[in-house]
Amino acid sequence: MKNAELRVEKPPFRNSQLSILDSALAAPALLFLALFFIWPLIEIARVSFTPSEISRGATPLSVLRDPTHLRVLGFSLWQATLSTALTLLAGIPIAFAFARYRFAGQRLWRALAVIPFVMPTVVVAAAFSALLGPRGALNAALQSALGLDQPPIQLLGTLPMILLAHVFYNVAVVIRLVGGFLSAFDPRIEEAAAGLGANRWQTFRYVSLPMALPSVGAAAALTFLFTFTSFGVVLILGGARFATLEVEIYRQTAQLLRLDIATSLAIVQMIVTLLVGWASARLEAKASAPLEARPTRDIRRPVVGPAARAFVAGSLAFIAIVLVLPLATLAGRSLNLEGGDPLRYYAALSENVRGSLFFVPPQLAIRNSLVFAAITAALAMLLGLPLGYAIAQGSRPDRGGSWFARLLDALVLLPLGTSAVTLGLGFLVAFDRPPLDLRTSVVLLPVAHTLIALPFVVRAILPAIRSFDPRLREAARGLGAGPLQALRHVDLPLLAPPFIAAMIFAFTVSLGEFGASLLIARPEYPTMPVVIYRFLGQPGALNYGQALAMSTLLMIVTAVSVMVIERVNERVVS
Amino acid sequence: MKRLILFLTTAMLLAACVVQAPPPRTSEQPQPAAPRTLTIMTHDSFGASEDVIAEFEQANNAKVVILKSGDAGSTLNKAILSKDAPLADVLYGVDNTFLGRALTAGILEPYDSPALADIPDRFKLDPQNRMLPVDYGHVIINYDKAFLKDKGLAPPKSLRELTEPQWKGMLVVQNPATSSPGLAFLLATIAAFPEGSDYDWKRFWQDLRANDVYVSPDWSDAYYTQFSGSSGKGPRPLVVSYATSPAAEVFFSEGKLEEPPTGNLEGTAFEQIEFVGILKGTKNRDLAEKWVDFMLSKRFQEDIPMQMFVYPVAKTAAWPEVFVKFGQPPAQAFSLTPEQIDQGRERWIEEWTALVLK
Repeated sequence: MKNAELRVEKPPFRNSQLSILDSALAAPALLFLALFFIWPLIEIARVSFTPSEISRGATPLSVLRDPTHLRVLGFSLWQATLSTALTLLAGIPIAFAFARYRFAGQRLWRALAVIPFVMPTVVVAAAFSALLGPRGALNAALQSALGLDQPPIQLLGTLPMILLAHVFYNVAVVIRLVGGFLSAFDPRIEEAAAGLGANRWQTFRYVSLPMALPSVGAAAALTFLFTFTSFGVVLILGGARFATLEVEIYRQTAQLLRLDIATSLAIVQMIVTLLVGWASARLEAKASAPLEARPTRDIRRPVVGPAARAFVAGSLAFIAIVLVLPLATLAGRSLNLEGGDPLRYYAALSENVRGSLFFVPPQLAIRNSLVFAAITAALAMLLGLPLGYAIAQGSRPDRGGSWFARLLDALVLLPLGTSAVTLGLGFLVAFDRPPLDLRTSVVLLPVAHTLIALPFVVRAILPAIRSFDPRLREAARGLGAGPLQALRHVDLPLLAPPFIAAMIFAFTVSLGEFGASLLIARPEYPTMPVVIYRFLGQPGALNYGQALAMSTLLMIVTAVSVMVIERVNERVVS
Repeated sequence: MKRLILFLTTAMLLAACVVQAPPPRTSEQPQPAAPRTLTIMTHDSFGASEDVIAEFEQANNAKVVILKSGDAGSTLNKAILSKDAPLADVLYGVDNTFLGRALTAGILEPYDSPALADIPDRFKLDPQNRMLPVDYGHVIINYDKAFLKDKGLAPPKSLRELTEPQWKGMLVVQNPATSSPGLAFLLATIAAFPEGSDYDWKRFWQDLRANDVYVSPDWSDAYYTQFSGSSGKGPRPLVVSYATSPAAEVFFSEGKLEEPPTGNLEGTAFEQIEFVGILKGTKNRDLAEKWVDFMLSKRFQEDIPMQMFVYPVAKTAAWPEVFVKFGQPPAQAFSLTPEQIDQGRERWIEEWTALVLK
């Protein structure tokens, strides 16, 4: 069976006068982006390219003539390509395992896989060092087993270490987006292929994979951009010898104050992002085929037979070893095992021994984190869902596709590929007069988080909206359902899994964001990552212990939030 | 769908309400007149005691707002970029490695504080008093006592000794392009091995590189992940850190340690002095002056060591016991003038990057 056959039955779409409604749906998100994204960028570009002591005539073209910057661009692209390939390779099978099989603890496993997404890089680096470093557990075990003088594994500060960390951080994107997409549609087409004599590989290659392709494209684009603009991982786990454009932009801004060079590099980074957005939008739109909706009952199969068992066990083993083990190492180190109360560092979180003005009780940090994450999730969904819907309707290939929708489709990823440092400075120069003197306003925090969450929301739901067979809705309308009823009873249940994925990522993007470089000035609402970094800024066992204790709390809060979001949404939808 | 929209909007309203709630810091008794707000722009490492700040607020009927704005370099950049519409009244935390940039940017107003009388002249680097010294500290190499003892090694006595083979792979430094102690250490080596001498700083760093020096992006990673003497138990026994780090190890061990597990290497220090200044365009000049006086007063100066782990500049300020015992400043430190640093910084960082990282 060829994937082309899946696309044969394109239904004629009768309504072509939707475009005004579509534009109205996209309007709030577009206004938001214009005010909080485009305008700050224009302002910072204006300042950066006005000759002054901080601007000495560099342009996007001139920075690309510098071989050093070209090398940085080349490395950014190269490692992002490798990282994306590896993340897809690891994530797609796991996504299938979750979408097609039913097993105990599934919700917990899925939640665990999201935790890395929120973890601060310094803490993750410590975990990997404890496992894989020269004095790490693995090297110690190998050395004593093989009688070696030198640690056999030298991963820290190498490209493979960067790639491993990128897989660690991003595999959840693939698991969620591809898995969510797959579980929205009827798997019986796969069974039909098997019935026609296709073996497992053929079924996967010619039926399942083409079916999942739009969501794979979305996950690949997001992973690529996340790793292309990687900052902490490259800076810390890669050692100082590697640099991405984002690292170079920070260097040029923070230490050298060469805004002309920094902004030029940021523009180069955005152009690459646009190209990636355009390519992936094309791929996703082309690969979309109307699919049979999933029946309302649970269609996941029980894990029966050695092959299925091995498949599911392998997926879970990957999560356990690559994702959970490093995190568990951190949790273990948050315990005080050198005498006294093992939970000493947790208890200390609530003590303000030095009477510090900046002391934050843990419950307050947790509350702040959750509040910002909830606002971000709500805002990103309220803006992103209509935008995604408008893009999907406007860019349908069978309707010729409006150029505007296609442009939006490519543009929507742009915030992900925009340098946080540059945008932060853009806020500083754009919002400096009333009525919009927002520079020190707490509002900028959820706004900034929403900018990053928005591309996720749109890309998570687009493939599902596109693949959704419109005849279903038309049938419902034909049977007398109003537009809202059709939305409520037909669209929504089908969109639930990608919808949940979108909400979870919007939530976790905010939960893990450490706004130091992004924000103009830290407001008095410290979140959990801010507290972690504060402890890691001073020497001493108590500071280190408390940083790890807070990190462990962050993991728990994340896992619980993710499970609650799933539960609540499933309830609301069903 | 309705329920869903209801859920989303409720979540948002709820969240908005919580955010609108007054900040956690409880203010003291209600004041007769509404307090004026004084905004201090500073770096992420700023610390102070709650009651010390409250004392200032009460005495001056003021509300102090602290704007933490990233690392020291980023904070200064933000102050410069917003000079037409200043974000704050006072800027604190510019150190001598950035002093030149702060002064030439023309963002500060001079203020001859009477409190300067208590401060030794060697800290006063700006004759016009646009930037006034508040505290100082030393970036210095810490060593892991137990590690060196195990290997039977005596602590190195000079920077030059670090290029010898017995120290191969043992030193962690920070990247001067991304880290403030990293830049200070680079400056120490430039002062120790001046340009134009037979063995200049570039030769030194070439030798360090050949001796497998590890470059971390920031202090936290260097100290906690790479250094063996901290709780992170990394692989290397020598790290660029601060002269007060051994004292902090004792203090934050909560009585478990009576002696610091780490020591300072004499002959590797660079002195960092931190400054405060009044930002041009402030509408609260009188209050800003009071704040500057307050930062230089005995009350604030004595609060500095345990909050920020640096030394107060005022002669009258007493030091906490843990500083007296384990946190003494090194006998000697390298230094460069702010002008030298301002003229050289960008080129040195570029040359260092080419030498050590390429």
